[in-house]
Amino acid sequence: MMQSIKQQPFRAAVLVLVWGWLLFLVLAPNMLVVGASVMTRDPSTFISLPLNFDAYRQLFNPLYLDVFLHSLYMAVLTTLICLLIGYPFAWALSRVEKRRQMLLIFLLIVPFWTNSLVRTYALKLILATNGLLNSALMSLGVIDEPAQLLYTEGAVIVGLVYLLLPFMILPLYSVFEDLRQDVLLASHDLGAGRFATFKNIIVPLTLPGVLAGVMLVLLPAMGLFFVPDILGGSRNLLVGNVIKNQFLDARNWPFGAAASIVLTLTMALLLFAHRLSKRRLGEEGA
Amino acid sequence: MTKTLLSLSGISKQFDGKAVLDELSLTIDDGEFITLLGPSGCGKTTLLRMMAGFELPDRGTVTLSDADITQTLPEHRPLNTVFQNYALFPHMSVFDNVAYGLKMEKRPKAEIRERVEEALAMVQLEDFAGRKPHQLSGGQQQRVAIARAVVKRPKMLLLDEPLSALDYKLRRTMQVELKRLQRELGITFVFVTHDQEEALSMSDRIVVLKDGCIQQLGTPREVYERPANVFTARFVGQTNFFPGRVTRIEGERISVDVFGLRRELSKPSFRVVMNQPLHVLLRPEDIRVLAPDDTEGVAGKIVERNYKGSTLDSVIELEDGSHVMASEFFDEDDPTFDYSIGERVRVSWVDGWEWLLAEEGNEPLTDEEELAADDAEH
Amino acid sequence: MGWLSRSYLALVYLLLYVPIVVLMVFSFNDSRTGYNWGGLSLRWYESLFNNHAMVQAMWNSLWLALTAATVSTLIGALTALALHRYRFRGKRVLNGMLFVVMMSPEIVLAISLLGLFLLLGLKLGYVSLLLAHVTFCLPFVVITVMARLAGFDERLPEAARDLGASDFTMTRTVLIPVIMPALMAGWLLGFTLSMDDVVVSTFVSGPSYEILPLRIYSMVRVGLKPEVNALGTLLLVFSLVMLMVSQWILSRSKQ
Repeated sequence: MMQSIKQQPFRAAVLVLVWGWLLFLVLAPNMLVVGASVMTRDPSTFISLPLNFDAYRQLFNPLYLDVFLHSLYMAVLTTLICLLIGYPFAWALSRVEKRRQMLLIFLLIVPFWTNSLVRTYALKLILATNGLLNSALMSLGVIDEPAQLLYTEGAVIVGLVYLLLPFMILPLYSVFEDLRQDVLLASHDLGAGRFATFKNIIVPLTLPGVLAGVMLVLLPAMGLFFVPDILGGSRNLLVGNVIKNQFLDARNWPFGAAASIVLTLTMALLLFAHRLSKRRLGEEGA
Repeated sequence: MTKTLLSLSGISKQFDGKAVLDELSLTIDDGEFITLLGPSGCGKTTLLRMMAGFELPDRGTVTLSDADITQTLPEHRPLNTVFQNYALFPHMSVFDNVAYGLKMEKRPKAEIRERVEEALAMVQLEDFAGRKPHQLSGGQQQRVAIARAVVKRPKMLLLDEPLSALDYKLRRTMQVELKRLQRELGITFVFVTHDQEEALSMSDRIVVLKDGCIQQLGTPREVYERPANVFTARFVGQTNFFPGRVTRIEGERISVDVFGLRRELSKPSFRVVMNQPLHVLLRPEDIRVLAPDDTEGVAGKIVERNYKGSTLDSVIELEDGSHVMASEFFDEDDPTFDYSIGERVRVSWVDGWEWLLAEEGNEPLTDEEELAADDAEH
Repeated sequence: MGWLSRSYLALVYLLLYVPIVVLMVFSFNDSRTGYNWGGLSLRWYESLFNNHAMVQAMWNSLWLALTAATVSTLIGALTALALHRYRFRGKRVLNGMLFVVMMSPEIVLAISLLGLFLLLGLKLGYVSLLLAHVTFCLPFVVITVMARLAGFDERLPEAARDLGASDFTMTRTVLIPVIMPALMAGWLLGFTLSMDDVVVSTFVSGPSYEILPLRIYSMVRVGLKPEVNALGTLLLVFSLVMLMVSQWILSRSKQ
């Protein structure tokens, strides 16, 4: 009893502070975005009444729809490439001896801590017309004149893969780490070959990691507007670029808000899938 | 008439340059319950994994029903394993776990259903078919693991310390259950354990292993009553080692001097010479504790007593400082019988129950080592 | 571990690190064009530090990162403690909200905060940046501290109370020392995240308070700027040192 009385003021203060912060700076602003998406564009106050769904309708305007589909296409391609590179990578990494694993993991976290803008710029040094890759290819005699690498769709995808690959690998590594060796042996013991074991056991058991990785890659791959800005030129835009342009340049807030809600809904969908996949394994849904 | 099901011959295996199995040979009969017993690191699990096909021997051959399966992949061997921590597939229901092996054989759906239900009934889990492994208790998971392995009707079931994760009472229940299953199914069980009590109570034959070599192969009774060497004697049950010396050899009889007492014994299977020092082995339950004024036995005093319910266990310190373990059953005539610490007594034993072992070059495992080996298992 | 998977690992690491190494090497390149090697030189570092606006942006960024990391560590630590120790209504919601903040695309957070600040009439500058940076750093501090608390023996506080410590004394002598490494690691992570952020800052900063990442952003959009090689190298080395310190703190505390 004494203890609870003494704790009350502290407890109340902490809870008020945390809740206050989150309600004020997370919940309220997001409500604002939802609200803005159903209002009308206004040159002076950004948004005004009446309420309508024009912004959402505008998303299907062929001009923007093309941009969206292209952005989605690049994001999905990025995600698939990351998955393709990351899955075997994470598997191999989880089988490295423990002492060396620590160092390798460290090398993977480095990108998370370092400036992604600077690293994108570093790619530009390599991909530029007179850059290292062209010089290397020319001196090897693969090509005769510099190829246009920069300001292409390929450059944007390379940039996104380069920035986001570690975010695919880390959750995959963690599920491969949890994958128990004896479960795989049990599958062989019961008559399953390599392929059947991969399909029936390894894939389902690593699915939560795949979904977590997809979530961590797909969403930023739609939002990281500086990557096309630096590497992609004006034709290879991401949803992020559209949102940024609509908010900061075109001042069309309802449309920008509607676009960002599309992103949020994608995230919600992925979160839900991830939760389901973990439920199936009997793990607590995150 | 027993016939050989599986035979291992000249099996050697090294891990990182260290020999885990050394020129080991063993034959397993059809239908028997055989236990691989030994401390951790003795090679028992490696041996089992070699039968399953998870490890390949560096040298030697594995033969199953006269077919060489040394290089056969695990998925093509007609034997199945019950893993130490069950290794159930966490994303599949109990039914799907048990059905997995049959699906791999591409059996028709109806047959799979029928056989899975039969296997689940055998382990009394009919009502749990739809559950996921994490919704089951440890004992239930254990049963699923067994059902999953036997549903394929293997020629042989390999069990890798399957009961080690269960608590004591559940262990006892599962021991009885496993014996029942083995009788009903009539298939060969190869059981790995480091628990000698479990080995004694369940097996038809026990293989005692140490450092990748077979120390003894025999029935539980042989292994317990007539241990082949000091290691087996120490590892299986508790034993008093008394120092003896041969004082007379005459035909098939010899005399041995123990604590100044002279014992007439039949000649052991190994070669003895006059004045040879020997180990005279006596199990605690063979020891008789007598009153201090008795004329028989050796004098000592009680230094420890432990009430065990059905027995009273005591440790007696003899005058030369050596300790003797005794375990006496309560007598119906005298239910209050007890000792007090420091009480003076005399120690003797039933004549003819001694077991003789030659002294070995490398002296036996001490109690501490045995405890350490035991700890490492858990 | 076959040679195939070894060389695969090596190849991917190589690809991840080649651009960083190239950037660092070129930061010492005397050549103006940025493609050819013109000999070793520190001229770009020199011109960096002679650029008054650049130095000002650097100080602004450092101050912002310092304050944002400190505030988010304080709030984050309290939140983690509350989540760990107290039962309260909406605990799951709070947990979920932090998780969503961490997972949601930065750009969504950015526009929502921009909307809020404009609605409130808050001048975009240091304050708006601070509020935004604290918000996106918060979940990372909370999970770092929570991870530490999760591995913490529940009986330690009870033992301390049993031995006569008051709740306050227990917190001071047991709880704080236990979570200290996590607090430091969380602070370092917050500091680095704040130093490196582009997306959120693009939206919520104003001309009155220019910060380093935005300055770089405006420089690299067009062409190649040798100064950026030097600045990028400094930032990378700086982040690397922070990460190493953080790992060192965490690994030392585990022993």
